[in-house]
Amino acid sequence: MRFRALLLTGLVAPALASAQPPGEGRRSGFDFMGASTQAMQRDDALNPGMLWVLEGEQLWNRPVGAAGRSCASCHGNARESMRGVAARHPAFDHVLQRPADLRQRIASCRQRQLPVLPMPGEEQAQLSLEAFVGLQSRGLPLAPPPDMRLEPYRERGRALFEQRIGQLDLSCADCHDQQAGRRLGGSPIPQGHTTGYPIYRLEWQGLGSLQRRLRACMSGVRAEPLAWGSPELVELELYLAWRARGMPVETPAVRP
Amino acid sequence: MRRRRWLASAVGWPLVLQLRPAQATPEALAAAIRSFTGGTPLREGKLRIEVATLVDNGNTVPVSVRVPGAAPAEVAAIALFNERNPQSDVARFHFGPRAGLRTVSTRIRLATSQQLVAVARLADGSCWVQRVDVVVTLAACIE
Amino acid sequence: MARTLIQAPSSVRRGDSFSLRVLLQHPMESGFRVGVDGQVLPRDIVRRFACSYNGERVVEVELFPAVSANPYLEFSAQATDSGTLSFEWEGDHGFVHREQRTITVT
Repeated sequence: MRFRALLLTGLVAPALASAQPPGEGRRSGFDFMGASTQAMQRDDALNPGMLWVLEGEQLWNRPVGAAGRSCASCHGNARESMRGVAARHPAFDHVLQRPADLRQRIASCRQRQLPVLPMPGEEQAQLSLEAFVGLQSRGLPLAPPPDMRLEPYRERGRALFEQRIGQLDLSCADCHDQQAGRRLGGSPIPQGHTTGYPIYRLEWQGLGSLQRRLRACMSGVRAEPLAWGSPELVELELYLAWRARGMPVETPAVRP
Repeated sequence: MRRRRWLASAVGWPLVLQLRPAQATPEALAAAIRSFTGGTPLREGKLRIEVATLVDNGNTVPVSVRVPGAAPAEVAAIALFNERNPQSDVARFHFGPRAGLRTVSTRIRLATSQQLVAVARLADGSCWVQRVDVVVTLAACIE
Repeated sequence: MARTLIQAPSSVRRGDSFSLRVLLQHPMESGFRVGVDGQVLPRDIVRRFACSYNGERVVEVELFPAVSANPYLEFSAQATDSGTLSFEWEGDHGFVHREQRTITVT
């Protein structure tokens, strides 16, 4: 059923085919870090992000709601069922009828299938699940779905990426395309590839989502940050996933 | 005329008048070290601190301390101190009878560029020190 | 329930020194940070960590606010007999967490 829908939407999007082949001069944020931070990411015993992954695994198996169901009730062993899922997100959500990122997909599924209502203070639980599911794609290339329905949203995401914002009047592209490799303050400017989210960010001393990072960066240029979960943020995530296509997933990454 | 010049020079003042959190003074650092050594004079050597000279982020700085200059059984305790955080102490490792090699690692916070000090107290009562300068830059995007 | 990552070998050779690595999920709120309301966030840190091996002390660590959040500690123990490694963290506001791992010495 899903396969037929995909065929109808067209498996190859012309806009994608005409772009620069992936791998040309693209480097992960990992390459811009010092050796000790890289070591922190490489070793699961050292990576603080794994604390959230452990939590996520527990949540995956924990029955909740009136029906006493867990993620595992339908999806079984995440190592098999969730393999490649994070690498394909954001994706077009047939229920929401617009693109959704992995977090929204997980929240939507839990609300409809378990069912369980989202509770305030669930932030850590959401992140833990996202990290756990994300881990199941680690090492796989980011594979944004070639779904024609995503095209107009992706183009809007690209426009957001290139739009100058804030009092500092900077666009994402200004720093992460034009100035990548140089330094802002004492810190190297990475290319901004979203291969490792959710990340354990040393500045946060905790795990956080791509949306959090994007909002932080917008505050950094003294712009009004886009609202949590807003369609614009998802469009930007969608474009960023396409921009990083083919690069290996690193979730949970460690970043300064 | 003088007042105008004085006011003009005040353009840079807000930076100077900015309140800063309490900093450890050299006396506080010396006192903290003394509380660990019991006043035994420090001698240079025997220890090695491993830390990046330019850290990615001052919130989480991996540090290792080894004591290649002494047999494991000789080393009773290792302590880490800093020069410029609000508190001079970082961590103190006290080894027991089942301890193995005296190599310890942890992750620490460094508020700014400063000197990191490691002190080893040996079973014979002698105290050895090593100091390393670490450069810490503030993150460009805080949050 | 505090989350931990403990890396301890399941078996070691008698007489060998073996490395133990522990990571605890804990904010280690230093007591020096100021919140958005201008009030200092109260201190909430792990103050003490201890590792024992069949009841005998391997290491005891005093931690101060300068230790990063989600405190990471690495140290070594000397392999004697098979048995139990126990880990204990203790801190502000009555925080206590204990873990155990078995170790086989060949």
